[in-house]
Amino acid sequence: MIYREAGQFKTSYAADQALLPIRQDRIGLYLILFAAFVLVPLFGSGFLIGAVLIPMLVYALAAVGLNVLTGYAGQLSLGTGAFMGVGAYACYKLATYFPDVNIIVHVLLSGFFAAAVGSVFGLPSLRIKGLYLAITTLAAQFFLEWCFLRIGWLYNYNTSGAIQVPGRELFGVAITGARATPEARYLVILTLVSLMTLVAANVLRGRIGRSWMMIRDMDIAAELMGVRPLRAKLSAFAFSSYYCGVAGALMVFFWLGTAEVEAFDINHSFLILFMVIIGGMGSLAGCFMGAAFIWVLPIVIRAVPGLFGVELLGSTLEHIAQIVIGALIVFFLIVEPHGLARLWGIAKEKLRTWPFPYAS
Amino acid sequence: MGELATSILVAPFTEMVALPDFFLQVLWEGFVAGVLYGLIALGFVLIYKASGVFNFAQGIMVVFAALTLVGLHELGLPAWLALLATLGVMGLLAIAIERTVLRKLVNQNDAILLMATIGLTLVIKGAGQLFFGGDNKPMITEELGLPTGVSEWEVFGGYVIFQHIDIAAAVIALLMVAGLGVFFSVTRIGRALRAVADDHQAALSVGISLNQIWAITWFAAGIVALVTGIMWGARSDVSFALEIIALKALAVLILGGFTSIPGAIVGGLIVGIGEKLFEVYWGPVFGGGVEAWFAYVLALVFLLFRPQGLFGERIIERV
Repeated sequence: MIYREAGQFKTSYAADQALLPIRQDRIGLYLILFAAFVLVPLFGSGFLIGAVLIPMLVYALAAVGLNVLTGYAGQLSLGTGAFMGVGAYACYKLATYFPDVNIIVHVLLSGFFAAAVGSVFGLPSLRIKGLYLAITTLAAQFFLEWCFLRIGWLYNYNTSGAIQVPGRELFGVAITGARATPEARYLVILTLVSLMTLVAANVLRGRIGRSWMMIRDMDIAAELMGVRPLRAKLSAFAFSSYYCGVAGALMVFFWLGTAEVEAFDINHSFLILFMVIIGGMGSLAGCFMGAAFIWVLPIVIRAVPGLFGVELLGSTLEHIAQIVIGALIVFFLIVEPHGLARLWGIAKEKLRTWPFPYAS
Repeated sequence: MGELATSILVAPFTEMVALPDFFLQVLWEGFVAGVLYGLIALGFVLIYKASGVFNFAQGIMVVFAALTLVGLHELGLPAWLALLATLGVMGLLAIAIERTVLRKLVNQNDAILLMATIGLTLVIKGAGQLFFGGDNKPMITEELGLPTGVSEWEVFGGYVIFQHIDIAAAVIALLMVAGLGVFFSVTRIGRALRAVADDHQAALSVGISLNQIWAITWFAAGIVALVTGIMWGARSDVSFALEIIALKALAVLILGGFTSIPGAIVGGLIVGIGEKLFEVYWGPVFGGGVEAWFAYVLALVFLLFRPQGLFGERIIERV
């Protein structure tokens, strides 16, 4: 009854092609954005912002990147972690060489380095697909990891081998480094992630995005209809890697503060893949749901025994969290292979007729 | 530039000729590593053939099997009983996976099945660490009656060292491949397995139970995992780091083809030997540690020329 588009007439093409054609969706999104931009910085605790929301947003952005490649263009990739690393190291080098340029510019530029590397490793996708392609992206993952470890120039020949984030300001407010408050870092990330998601949503429904979906659904048919596989696949790799690269740069500069190779290892590639799967392949909203689910669930699991007064070892909890997440992934794949986004879609369908399911 | 070219194109070969005994030693090390990669890949191939599932969990199954064996032995079971019990556990695991995962996911596409096995990996990993702890454990090599000695073979004015356990690993791998070959071509269940691998629906229509076959395949992969785990554990301790190394078996699969049992072993040998040679003779040029990516890059290059692998069936795509 509440969620109904009855009476909402579209009188222009622009209204018909809006990203969210239903008024309730728009209001819901505005409410979420209001909560995220205003309420959270005002009332959120440091833990909520620093340990829950910031990582969640960073991973959501990486998940958007992977989802473009896997969910929309149908190219399975296991190299997300490494592409994030390329962004992070590129941003670090840019910040070293051009200390006067605003750090946000660096973050956005660093994505292009990731995009270039991503396109190179996307080349095999022109000949092979599916699981075979997944294995070649493993080559990207391990080769790049090796580069991060062995090429001293990338981390300025630090003895620790880690990249340290310098303190930088925006409008006189510290946004990176030790002096930056969680709120400031959060707002920067939130702004970038929102804008980039908006861009992604528009790219995906445009010509290039539709050509990706054609390639995903059936590449040979798409080719026959005039989609160039070379351009479509490589642009998907580039676009996806750009997002992953920016996410990696954000991760190091606005969340971790310092990072070693381990921050970009294969487990992170899997983690982001899980977010995409659980959230829903081929859904941008799903990326955020998946990121929230996968990131928050272990935190909740770690907190649960404490609530019941049971003391468990940290490592034991970690293992239990691992088992539960693994089991949930399998469970979700069985129950709803299209992820949380599809569940939300089903819920919306039900809401349209609620509370009179037979009235429509 | 000339110097770099020399260090890549000339120096490694002169080094090989100058120290032939060392070269043989490197070859042998590579061969043994290759056998182990091949064994892991064998587990992948078995499951892929029978159910079309790309079983990402094979690596962790190796660790889990080895951990169970060692863990049960630590609990006081004699080695042979622990071995039997571990076989039982792997059998139960196979049945459980078939019941709870595969049966529910029939007819889903490859990516979904792959994800499911990644989910399984997490579950098995978590369970393994929960029950047996995350520490490295030494394998109970002697208790299992495996040889542990060392032989030296004098050759070219030097000598090559052979660990007996490595020889045993190679022999066992050979026996296992031969055994599987016989099992697949002669026995009734083996033929049913091949039928399922060929065409699920056709196999169903002649009365083969898919569920039963899948459970058997996963059990067979579990046995392969146990053998691999023992061999690997005997060379270096049983640890979860093996899981990452096991990913190299994916590169092996690309070389050998997803559906070929001899391909798995040959691919394993190519990767193992190539990787060791590259690491020892060309590694210093790149700054060492090239073992980490050699296998994958080799696979990537190989894929560009022969996507179906050395022995795989030709990929034909119909519109």
